[in-house]
Amino acid sequence: MMRALARTLRAAPGLVGLASLAGFILAVEALIRVGAINRYVVPLPSEVGAALPRIVAEEDVVGRFLTTAGEAAAASLLLAAVGIPLGVLLYRWRIVCVAVESWVGAMAAAPLVLVYPLFLVIFGRTALTIVAIGFVAGLAPVILNTLEGLRATRKVLIDMGRSFKLSHAQRFWKIELPSALPSIFTGLRLGLIFALINVVGVEFLINFGGLGQLINDLAERYDLPAMYATIGCVVLVSVLFFMGLERIERWLRPVA
Amino acid sequence: MAATGGVKALKRRHVVAARLVIAGGLLTLWESLARSGVLYEGVVPQLAVIGRGLAELVAAPPFYANLQATGGEVALALAIGGGAGLLAGLVLGASRFLGRAFEPYLYYLGPTPKIILFPVMIMWFGTGPGSKVAMGAVSCFFPVALGVAAGMRRIDAVLIKVGRSFRADALQMALKIYLPAIRAPVVTSFRLGLGVAIIGVLLAETKLSNRGLGFMVIDAYARFDMPMMYALIIVVFVLAVAMNTGLSRLARERGGPSTPGAMG
Repeated sequence: MMRALARTLRAAPGLVGLASLAGFILAVEALIRVGAINRYVVPLPSEVGAALPRIVAEEDVVGRFLTTAGEAAAASLLLAAVGIPLGVLLYRWRIVCVAVESWVGAMAAAPLVLVYPLFLVIFGRTALTIVAIGFVAGLAPVILNTLEGLRATRKVLIDMGRSFKLSHAQRFWKIELPSALPSIFTGLRLGLIFALINVVGVEFLINFGGLGQLINDLAERYDLPAMYATIGCVVLVSVLFFMGLERIERWLRPVA
Repeated sequence: MAATGGVKALKRRHVVAARLVIAGGLLTLWESLARSGVLYEGVVPQLAVIGRGLAELVAAPPFYANLQATGGEVALALAIGGGAGLLAGLVLGASRFLGRAFEPYLYYLGPTPKIILFPVMIMWFGTGPGSKVAMGAVSCFFPVALGVAAGMRRIDAVLIKVGRSFRADALQMALKIYLPAIRAPVVTSFRLGLGVAIIGVLLAETKLSNRGLGFMVIDAYARFDMPMMYALIIVVFVLAVAMNTGLSRLARERGGPSTPGAMG
């Protein structure tokens, strides 16, 4: 009895959150029905829900999701293949690291996605432009977190490697890299999130590719319920993706 | 900028030299790429051409009118989105219950692509500056709310006890204890918020508008005026990075160590 009560209490905030969300949706539905909100600006939530099967059947949301996921995956592979080695390079090459670390930091602060018209000129309106933007947007956190993780290798471990007379390469593969892995994964997670955000964004902006283009299409066709439903799908997909990455990261992180 | 042991041992002179060598190398690479003709003509213009574009850009009055338009939109977005985020962060950070109930939504909605909401914003706020401000405001709401809420929770309990033992009233507690204690996280979260607000506004301008720096970029693209496009991108980057650096200095100088990673 007590335990059940305790469990209910612990779940209470989550329930309140869910209830508020449901209440908000119901309130919007009601306000539109009484005419307080213009239904040609905001479609009925029930209509948005009803549009879901339609966007799956007619607009091939699943196929478009795969396109977007493929572009994001390509950008991620590039990020891992280029970003991590660059981080390692900076770690090994002290003087270069000191010289350019603040540049990489500045790069992270610049609105990099704005170069998409430039990439349009270079790569054309192709998936390459989208992948390139995803890559550029995610590069800085991958480099910086790789560097940070390697730097944070505990001195005891390095000393132990010395006492075993490990070569530079052995020390790197057996000690420094494994110890930096959690931080590298944090960098990859951030890089992947930036890549995904920018992939979808650029798809929308250049009207090419997967889910982002679909939203642009539906907006131009003024199919509001389907547009809201697709936006909902994109939000859901990114949230699930984000949660999944977080779960993997928690699993990778050693128990402190 | 964690100064690790050996960093200080490197002489400043050597660092400057390394920077010059690297920058020089990159510029030389660029110039030779431009002259080699490997890429389409004009895609990678020669440095002198870009320099001329830059000079033309900052010499002509339209640039300043557009800069003002974008600057105004970003400022308004920061005021609205940042203000709302600050309020939400204070409320969520002060109450454990509300934080648990609503923060997960903010946390997971934060890293979704906001630009896809642009068609909605156009519908709600029109094709003018209103929809751009809305894009910026929506973008910067999330990092500010999350950063401020986290900052509230990280206030040292000792500080609050000190306030109580001096019998500070609610106003005094707010002004003398809470506000100074969350200053650094607030500045840091506004710095993050500013970054995404700039992105939101600029991207919205490239999609649909007739003024602002984002419009200038997409207009240069449409006219295939590559030097102008490079010049604009350089100017926007320099401005964004300068503002970011300024704000992070502000957070570090007066508020103690800046709180890392409000985004998690």
